[in-house]
Amino acid sequence: MMRIPCINCGPRDENEFVCGGTSHIQRPALDASDETWGSYLFFRDNPKGVHLERWRHAQGCGRWFNLARNTATHEVLSVYAMTEAPPP
Amino acid sequence: MTSSRLAAPFGLRLDRARSLSFEFNDRRMSGYAGDTLASALLANGVQLVGRSFKLHRPRGIFSCGVEDPSGLVDLGSGATRTPNQRATLIELEEGLCAVSVNCWPTVEFDLGAVNGMLSALLPAGFYYKTFKWPNWHLFEPTIRRMAGLGRAAGVADPDRYEEVAAVADVVVVGGGLAGLSAAVSAAQSGAHTILLASGAFLGGSLSWRSDAQIDALVAAAGRAGVRILTRTLAFGVYDHGLVCARESLAQGSDRAAALHAGRGVLRERLWKIRARHIVAAAGAFERPMLFPDNDRPGVMLAGAADKYAHAFGVACGQRVVIAANSDSAYGVAESLRAAGVEVVALVDRRARADIGVDGTSFRTMTDAGIARVDGTTSVRGCTAVSLDAAGRPETFECDSILSAGGHAPAVHLHSQAGGKLRWLEDAAMFVPDGHAPGLVSVGACAGIFDREVAAEHAAQVGRALGCGLIPPVATPQGAGRSLASTVLPGMTGKQFVDLQNDVVVGDVGLAARENYRSVEHLKRYTTTGMGTDQGKTSNVNALVLMGDFTGRQPAEVGTTKFRPPFAPVTLGLLAGRRVGALYRPLKSLPAEHWHQERGALFEQFGTWYRPAAYPLPGETLDVAAQREARAVRESVGVLDGSPLGKLEVFGPDAAEFLDLMYVGTMSTLSIGQARYGVLLNENGIVVDDGIVARSSHAHYWINTTSAGVERTTAAFEEWLQCEYTNLRVVVTPVTSRWGNVTVAGPKAWSWLSTIGFDAGFAPGSMKHMTLRTGALEGVPLRVLRASFSGELGYEVNLPSDHTHWLLERLWARAPEFAAVPYGIEALEILRTEKGFIHIGTDTDGTTLPGDIGFARAVDKKKANFVGRRSLLRPAARDPERLQLVALASGDATTPLPVGAQIAAGSPPTRTEGYVTSSYMSPTLGAPVALGLLARGAERLGERLRVHHLGTTVEAVVVKAPFIDPPGERLNGERFDG
Repeated sequence: MMRIPCINCGPRDENEFVCGGTSHIQRPALDASDETWGSYLFFRDNPKGVHLERWRHAQGCGRWFNLARNTATHEVLSVYAMTEAPPP
Repeated sequence: MTSSRLAAPFGLRLDRARSLSFEFNDRRMSGYAGDTLASALLANGVQLVGRSFKLHRPRGIFSCGVEDPSGLVDLGSGATRTPNQRATLIELEEGLCAVSVNCWPTVEFDLGAVNGMLSALLPAGFYYKTFKWPNWHLFEPTIRRMAGLGRAAGVADPDRYEEVAAVADVVVVGGGLAGLSAAVSAAQSGAHTILLASGAFLGGSLSWRSDAQIDALVAAAGRAGVRILTRTLAFGVYDHGLVCARESLAQGSDRAAALHAGRGVLRERLWKIRARHIVAAAGAFERPMLFPDNDRPGVMLAGAADKYAHAFGVACGQRVVIAANSDSAYGVAESLRAAGVEVVALVDRRARADIGVDGTSFRTMTDAGIARVDGTTSVRGCTAVSLDAAGRPETFECDSILSAGGHAPAVHLHSQAGGKLRWLEDAAMFVPDGHAPGLVSVGACAGIFDREVAAEHAAQVGRALGCGLIPPVATPQGAGRSLASTVLPGMTGKQFVDLQNDVVVGDVGLAARENYRSVEHLKRYTTTGMGTDQGKTSNVNALVLMGDFTGRQPAEVGTTKFRPPFAPVTLGLLAGRRVGALYRPLKSLPAEHWHQERGALFEQFGTWYRPAAYPLPGETLDVAAQREARAVRESVGVLDGSPLGKLEVFGPDAAEFLDLMYVGTMSTLSIGQARYGVLLNENGIVVDDGIVARSSHAHYWINTTSAGVERTTAAFEEWLQCEYTNLRVVVTPVTSRWGNVTVAGPKAWSWLSTIGFDAGFAPGSMKHMTLRTGALEGVPLRVLRASFSGELGYEVNLPSDHTHWLLERLWARAPEFAAVPYGIEALEILRTEKGFIHIGTDTDGTTLPGDIGFARAVDKKKANFVGRRSLLRPAARDPERLQLVALASGDATTPLPVGAQIAAGSPPTRTEGYVTSSYMSPTLGAPVALGLLARGAERLGERLRVHHLGTTVEAVVVKAPFIDPPGERLNGERFDG
């Protein structure tokens, strides 16, 4: 069970959070092609290494935030607000 | 002769003044306080303990600890029966009872042993190759009965388990010399330190002799403030320094007394410790030798025999032969001789020992190995052969053969933490390659077998961790020299690599020939390293053999991934207190007591415990629900709708936000107006519905379904926080803040007005689907005119702690209106008669809004909303889609079973849909139903065949609703008074 640093509350156990999967996905407009819409709904990268994802402190403050995590080591590299750009 | 009890001073752990009686396979025996079940069995001369997993070979006690592959028993009886417990770990208690596993009718005469005779037909992969035609599942039940180990209790566990969370700077796993040294110096350096020791005693491999250094360290640990937990097995290291451990509680007579009294005890405690640093000091396991019939009862690890003699006062045999691949064997030989055991011979697989062995009083053979073991259920003798061509086979009479194949450091936690391993050629063992992330290994599990070096290194590690410095990496030493492979060339017979899973040397060879060469494939194909011991005695031998068969070094073969748990843990421990009523705690209504007084029959609906109906004396649930539904149609009823989901949405952009969320357009609602809304997910699937009412320009009041409110709140939050971050909107869930008293029926208004509702709420002033705030005797009300029953309906929302008060007020005037309380069952009847859907019952995970009659609403709306783009996919426009229909019974009397499949032909055939809701209508005197049907919208009037459990009934597609198609009742135009 990981320790997740909530952007609002600080480090808490993973079971207080829900993971919302990959972050920074652009929602296509209504006139997007079936293929574009399909890949928005269903296709995700599964990288070994740094993954930018979003988490919600569901059993705490309720805030969504972004988190950069190494999927191989589970090292948490940074957390940043939903409206912020990913770290370089 | 066989194993037996030694006289004092042997048996350091025993309290010979306290004799304990116990039962094994219905035989009454006795032991002493301090015994394990294994030591007590050996002391009673019992060597045959169980039968093996696959071949049903006779097996005995093989080791003295957690690694034991074969000494498994089912412990206890009835509700507390616990299968596959290691006899080596069970502390003897008065009245303990245990039975052998995997044998019938008895362990001595086991019919399954025929498998052993057929073993040539049962090599690795046998099941995969043989039982694949026509279908494995035909054979599975029989094979599962034949194979396997113990039996679980058939009834619920009476014991309790609990969970404790803790934090520490340093957690040390292992209470031996190295672990104590590390813990003491860490604590002395100021670190908050917890030490976990799996056994009842500290000292690890030294715990069974009195040892001044251990005693001094234990005292120092106490002074330094180390928190020591004994009988606490660390079974897993997880992400970010989490150590999980099982503390065994309720030993001995406490538990026996509690069980006798028919109640449970607090049996185990799960520790979840978040550690800044973890120190693994888990020691090492002895590696068995490979020789034919090396699984016979009486064959045992040499270190274990030594421990049985000194700690438990048990001689594992009177005359022993030691099969050696390590200098440690010579020390064991001398130690056993001192205990009065005759060492007949020491057969060393190596060309020479590295320590002085001159003047040994026993026969020593080098470059030699055991070629044959005499005896089946016990050892009667053995034959050793020399690799030297000039050497001749020698036969020894003995009753025990001890195996000293070298050591395997317990690298499990290091590996679980993500550490890498390296192979030491000389000592033939895997040791940690540097530190694992967050974990440092010390002592034997780091490959340090020299006592002084281990203690000094561990103390340095403890100090470094306590001071925030980088701890020194261990330099493995002191293990001596062992050969990697101990197999003698040209041996026939079964040489067991894995005793628990009956894997022999030939199976590994077969796996290599069939190209299952990866160590992970080897494990799955042969099952070596599986089971309750996870190969603690077999892994190294198996992968060395695989290397031999495929011309690779052990380092190239590698090890399988070590995964938690290190040793089996009970499901009870993991479940903790989350069982029974606490598994999924239910919510109670604020006015529960009022419903109880009305005779409510409570049932679980979603996460709520609420009235299904209010049966009168002699009434069944069904009869009561029919009566209640009729009363709502004829006069009036009251329903506690408090579980209804309630959300408040505030903010200048609230209207725009709700337009994005719902299929309907909420921004055009005027203040006080309400509208039905369907909520989709991004795939276009209907996930919830409800009523959205506008309280003010920037304030909406939303009712969701009772089951969907948490999901809907979470979805709203996710869209607001992650996608529409520019919208100024706040969503507040208020389900438990507001109670809901729903009054429905032609006399609904009369009843409400009688208790003082002002004229502004009258149907003439307040239209259907409007919201109006007010007060009754100072209690604030939010009254929504809406109806799930099809009758004139008032949903009176009020502070939840006043729900009981309002129900009482109404009830006092109920007789004048023939009013009844009604439950969920009646509500379901009423809404089905009206063709109102229940999301999740009349929809499934494929239902789009167009399938339930909202195609026009979608087309009419110009703006985007969640899920809209998915409704434009070709699949969304498939004419064969399942669509909601109303169904009447073909003969107007036979009910249509819920879940029954609709198909023109007879099963097996392709289904065209199914029945989703079905009730007897008390008003019509006929069954009414809803269903999902392919092309349903265009099949009005069609007769269908409905199949259910071998019967077929006829149904007709009819026009919904069944009752009051013009909606006069619902609009309040027929209300009385």
